[in-house]
Amino acid sequence: MGGLLCTNHLDSSPGERDNRCIPCIWLSLIQPRAGPFLPSMPSPFSTSDFDDVTVIKGLQQGNEHIFEYVVNRYSGSLLRVALAFVPSRAVAEEVVQETWLGVFEGIGRFEGRSSFQTWLFRILSNRAKTRGVRESRYEPMGLGTAGEREDGPSLDDSLFVTEGSRAGHWKVPPADWEPDTPERALLSKECRETIEAAIAALPLTQRQVITLRDLEGMSSEDICNILDISETNQRVLLHRARTKVRQSLNHYLAQEKHLPS
Amino acid sequence: MNHHFRQRLMAYMIGNLSCQEVAALVTDYLDGALSLTQRIRFHMHLGLCVACRNFLKQMRYTISTLRRLPPDPTPPHVKAQLHRRFTDWNVNRGLSSDCAEEKK
Repeated sequence: MGGLLCTNHLDSSPGERDNRCIPCIWLSLIQPRAGPFLPSMPSPFSTSDFDDVTVIKGLQQGNEHIFEYVVNRYSGSLLRVALAFVPSRAVAEEVVQETWLGVFEGIGRFEGRSSFQTWLFRILSNRAKTRGVRESRYEPMGLGTAGEREDGPSLDDSLFVTEGSRAGHWKVPPADWEPDTPERALLSKECRETIEAAIAALPLTQRQVITLRDLEGMSSEDICNILDISETNQRVLLHRARTKVRQSLNHYLAQEKHLPS
Repeated sequence: MNHHFRQRLMAYMIGNLSCQEVAALVTDYLDGALSLTQRIRFHMHLGLCVACRNFLKQMRYTISTLRRLPPDPTPPHVKAQLHRRFTDWNVNRGLSSDCAEEKK
């Protein structure tokens, strides 16, 4: 009967946790945040050249290099987030421009109580919301918007057997993805487009949450503040969004397998 | 504790989550938002179910893919426009930056 102890516990050296290994299971119950399945997600921006204090000071003093850095670092992200708030690209681009004006207006008074990124996205979301209200296309947050069920299973029912003794089981068990899946996915232009299309097809609220949380790496607390939703609601929206993106990725990977390489 | 009670307690702790229920808890699990009992049940199910282990892995890979998905690059003319606005703003508030001086 294999799997009661992982290699780490057989030779008692600490390392990766294995969820079939009983000591590992107990360890992850005591320290859930460092559990066996928590992803280590390196941020693409973790090697930023300037910290928030430098950035804020630099902008207040009118430093060009800092501004250039801020533009390179954030303008793509701002457009991506704006697109999650307003329906058209043209409006999103205008919202981003307004956000930069808001940065110029507000940087003198910015005290650094939140991170620069959070502050920036808050300006953006405020501009986008007023914009959306003016164009009467903005859907109010939090409440169940049209076409979005707030309760009930977030995963497509079609993935699971619904009747009989096997109810609640996978119809088609998920495949074991290769460990280099994220790298391969990011290298393929087609796959990146598949993911982007899946995100674009999400309901507005889900798109906002997944964009801020997974694409931009904001904390869930900041997201709840900006979007004015509860943590629970945020996680529900995030889970739905993630499962849909996973499904499109799964689809893509399955197709790719059938293609001659 | 009599035997019957202990058995009921064990059954309650281990629970009997279906794959569908486990799949619905993945984001809560990754956020550390499950209660101790839920976490035990979650792990117990995972320990026995390859399909759900794979699903969790797929979700992790999806997240780390998203985490590294770069935004579209900003076109140069937009950057140039922003740069002009920045220098204008500096000049307006009485700060003359080097670049603004050079242009004059």
